[in-house]
Amino acid sequence: MRSFSYQRASDPQAALQALAVTAAATTPLTEASSQPLAGGTTLIDLMKLDVMRPERLVDINPLAGNWAQVDLDGGNLKLGALAHMSQVAGHAEVRQNYPVIADSLKLAASPQLRNMATLGGNVLQRTRCSYFRDVSYAECNKRNPGSGCAAMDGFNRMHAVLGTSHQCIATYPGDFAQALIALDAAIEITSKSGPRSMSFAEFHRAPGDTPAIETVLAPGELISGFAIDGRWPRSVYLKVRDRQSYEFALASAAVALDLQNGVINDARLALGGVATVPWRAREAEAVLKGQKLDDALAERAADAAFADARGRQHNAFKIALGKRVVAHALKKAIAMEI
Amino acid sequence: MSTAAPEPKANMGQPIPRYDAVAKVTGRAEYAADVPLANPAYAYLVTSAIAKGRVDSFDLDEARRVRGVIDIITHENMVKLKDAKLFSNGGYMSTTVQPLKSADIAHDGQIIAVVLAESFEAARDAAHRVKVSYSTMPPTASFDSQGTTAAGAKGQLAQFKEDPEVGDFAKGFDSAEVKVSAEYETPTQHHNPMELFATSCAWNGDQLTIYEPSQYVYGLKNGVAEQLGVDADKVRVINAYVGGAFGSKGSVTPRTAIIASLARRLNRPVKLVATRDQGFTIATYRAETRHQVKLGAGRDGKLLALRHDGHEISSRPDPYAVGGTKTTTRLYACPNVASMVSIVRADRNTPGFMRSPPEVPYLFALESAMDELAIELNMDPIELRRINDTTTEPIKGKPYTSRSLMACFDEAAKAFDWSKRNPTPRSMSDGDWLIGYGCATTCYPTQMAPAAARVRLQRDGRVRVQIAGHEIGNGAYTVIAQAAAERLGVPIENVSVMIGDSDLPPAPVAGGSNSTASTCSAVMKVCDQVRQRLLKAVMPEEGVINRAKETVGVGRTPVTDAAHGDQALDREKAFDALGVGVVEEYGEWKPEGAPLDSFHAMYAGHARLIGGPEFGDKIAYAFGAEFVEVRINRNTREIRVPRLVGAFACGHIMNPRTARSQLMGGLIWGMSSALLEATEIDPRNARYVNDNLADYLVPVNADVPSVEVILLSEQDDQVNPAGVKGLGELGNVGTNAAVCNAIFHATGQRIRKLPVRLEKLEI
Ligand SMILES: Cc1cc2nc3c(=O)[nH]c(=O)nc-3n(C[C@H](O)[C@H](O)[C@H](O)COP(=O)(O)OP(=O)(O)OC[C@H]3O[C@@H](n4cnc5c(N)ncnc54)[C@H](O)[C@@H]3O)c2cc1C
Ligand code: SF4
Repeated sequence: MRSFSYQRASDPQAALQALAVTAAATTPLTEASSQPLAGGTTLIDLMKLDVMRPERLVDINPLAGNWAQVDLDGGNLKLGALAHMSQVAGHAEVRQNYPVIADSLKLAASPQLRNMATLGGNVLQRTRCSYFRDVSYAECNKRNPGSGCAAMDGFNRMHAVLGTSHQCIATYPGDFAQALIALDAAIEITSKSGPRSMSFAEFHRAPGDTPAIETVLAPGELISGFAIDGRWPRSVYLKVRDRQSYEFALASAAVALDLQNGVINDARLALGGVATVPWRAREAEAVLKGQKLDDALAERAADAAFADARGRQHNAFKIALGKRVVAHALKKAIAMEI
Repeated sequence: MSTAAPEPKANMGQPIPRYDAVAKVTGRAEYAADVPLANPAYAYLVTSAIAKGRVDSFDLDEARRVRGVIDIITHENMVKLKDAKLFSNGGYMSTTVQPLKSADIAHDGQIIAVVLAESFEAARDAAHRVKVSYSTMPPTASFDSQGTTAAGAKGQLAQFKEDPEVGDFAKGFDSAEVKVSAEYETPTQHHNPMELFATSCAWNGDQLTIYEPSQYVYGLKNGVAEQLGVDADKVRVINAYVGGAFGSKGSVTPRTAIIASLARRLNRPVKLVATRDQGFTIATYRAETRHQVKLGAGRDGKLLALRHDGHEISSRPDPYAVGGTKTTTRLYACPNVASMVSIVRADRNTPGFMRSPPEVPYLFALESAMDELAIELNMDPIELRRINDTTTEPIKGKPYTSRSLMACFDEAAKAFDWSKRNPTPRSMSDGDWLIGYGCATTCYPTQMAPAAARVRLQRDGRVRVQIAGHEIGNGAYTVIAQAAAERLGVPIENVSVMIGDSDLPPAPVAGGSNSTASTCSAVMKVCDQVRQRLLKAVMPEEGVINRAKETVGVGRTPVTDAAHGDQALDREKAFDALGVGVVEEYGEWKPEGAPLDSFHAMYAGHARLIGGPEFGDKIAYAFGAEFVEVRINRNTREIRVPRLVGAFACGHIMNPRTARSQLMGGLIWGMSSALLEATEIDPRNARYVNDNLADYLVPVNADVPSVEVILLSEQDDQVNPAGVKGLGELGNVGTNAAVCNAIFHATGQRIRKLPVRLEKLEI
């Protein structure tokens, strides 16, 4: 960890002011010299490991007054970027109307972390790739563009099988983002030029040739919240991991169904633990729509979700595992008593 | 779940709460890195990013510019330290690799520089700015890598004495009707105690004080003195509490002498707290092992032949081996036995002791093979153990001092409801979950080593016990206080205990589960000296000495002020007769059969452990039986362990509360070792990949819904005066096999390579 300056922002304008940077527009967000500080559970961790080296932290927690709402108004859901994971996970109406959101948060990290961590920070959490997090490895295209990828032929059990590139196979590790992407959430962004809203599905960027660029968020911009249209009581988040709690997913599925007379009217499916970004499995959704779920259909949907998956030495098992998780999550969603 | 303070049965002490409980839960307990130092400089290590080669050059300019940096030490400006021998070869050291001696690099994460600064933060900041250029040579990572060399362990290290054999294995195996031949593997594991590897050193003139978590303060003191070339009497090691060790803090790591020499150079205290990932390479670990086990039996289940060959990884310079065949060849009755342990060298840091070093990997292999044999025989695995149970070990025919293995199986089986098990694999389930029941034998050698103690009794009945023992979570304070209270017939509240300081009378390394047996035996002996002085004062005419002696070894019956039941000793009268304010005694104790040089070695920081298979004409082990229920989800293949049950017989139990806690921790760790723990090595560069607690998985509470520990009443008057068999390392031995045996029962699939991850299941 290197020395840095610390500043508390009293309101959004002050925060944006403090974050205004001189960095070139091509600088990846994560390399920007000023970084907002929310719960710090990702950022401070990576600073201690010397992976992130900001010169200045702008503490945005004082903005919680405006940006920490959990609002179920008029059939839609609005979540503030500074709401804590624990706050949303335990929110009775969220649990009832959006179980996939509540569970994606509840099954993440530990109680201590969920009490610290915010939703905005959560969707910006960075990969757990061991080679990325240990700066003594020279080869990491994400940390050190053009240096190579130590994980490609190294120990890659936790790595992605979907959305990979020849540059990077790092898994997006979070859970909550799968729920957001499945529910077609919008993400609200504030910058000096004012607020804007975009589809959350467009927010993360697959590694491609530029694994250092993880999202479309630009330096100096802040996430203020998330919005979801409609309610999704028939939704589940299924997470499979090596231990029962406090561990990232080997494979997970966020499923939301609109069921009418046993027929799947609308299906939403997102995958975690297996992809480089929060992963919407649209091919699988297409297989499901207009059908009644049985074992064969669940299997076909799972196959469709992983049709393009590519495994490497230690992570190939995730393809078969991921399919099972999808099929099982679909059955759980169907079986829900609403 | 058994209660925290089990009711004592016969030959058990009281389950009194831990002596240090309040200090620990209120944060008052002072660990080494907590000790305040006057104006310390902070050290931060820079470790190598390659496993083999050399440092060509350092670029230190940017690092030196960080405000607060005092100096940066590399091989170019480090003072020379003396070479020292490996612990397992009669020395003190965890490794003979001497970092900062030259530009050479022998393993991943070797210390190559130390940054000294005015604050921890500045030291860390600068350390991150040290730039190193290396010449790299392709390293050998592990078994299947190019460039390994293998040779028999015998003759390479002092601690490994024999490849046990008896009869004619080949003939016995050939003639056996039922055979099992299988290969097993255990992974690299790291101890990861909560407390990091910290060292603070402060000189006062030519006196050095070291604050460092250690399982062996006398070893550390003498080892560092040897490396620095100073008189060991001028070195003092202090650690009132050790925040977990599991073997990793038993031998001397190179960091201590380095920090001590830097403190001398700066003429001010220096404090180091190594990071979690540095802990993976600057100390020891459990190396990966491979086993071939062959069992031959008659249709009746009687073993006719047993062969166990083990291969273990060690470093290039050091021949470390755990060599568990000394236990596995003696566990069951068998006329024809053969074994061989080999050491395979790779470019790794030197491995070392980790909780039950030999037994964990070797019993995993044997107890898995026994389960496979039971399947071949179509026999209940408990019955197979019963058929091959023995009261004498087969290699030399020596009798066990006591052995309650089958009683443990019977008790545990009852508590576990083993009778409800349908023996057919894959026959039990609950909804989506396949259910498996498995069991295995656990055992651990009973060991003791010489120890000394000083005990002071005041006229008002207050007692102070001094012994350089170690509180590593084992309950040392508590059982030592109990031993003294019982022996002197005073309430436990009257006893204060001082341990964890090398200025106190020596105790052996807190390893090999010998601590309770050794320290309590010494404390009891010295308490008897105190009693004897008092008795002499009031009953000078009687055969006092013999009378006091009689009571040595009856720790299981609490001794009151009575000389021996018939005549009460009036303490105050005795003091008045003596005309003194306190009675203080110093004494040394050594186990039966200890070598002649034992006491001399004890003061020099060499613990001469006696026991296990090498206990004169006897053999001494503690036993237990461990039962596991696994559940495997048909859909996701998640593996969960809803129940662990263990029954153990360990001679006199000083304190059922602390005993249960040790055994429970052992069972949990055994499960963890079977399912979660493995250090991943990148074969391309021989580096540890998951060297942190987020990626090196250990269980969380949710993984351990129920653990039941059953303590059996057992009496063994032969092992030591305290009648105690060490149990600290007993709990995690059988669990690895028990888990795999349960997985076989649940799925029909035998897993012979640990850890069992869900991708290994083909259900
Ligand atoms: C041991 C451990 C286990 C974990 N396990 C899981 C798990 O199982 N599942 C899971 O999903 N997560 C897990 N996490 C990740 C955790 O959920 C995230 O670290 C957390 O959600 C991040 O939130 P934060 O508020 O602490 O973010 P911070 O660390 O404060 O910020 C993260 C990044 O986002 C930026 N940022 C924060 N807020 C904003 C904003 N409003 N606008 C713009 N930029 C912003 C920061 O500058 C920083 O770069 C785990 C973390 C740890 C340490
Ligand atoms: S997978 Fe991505 S993050 Fe990991 S080493 Fe390769 S480039 Fe770096």
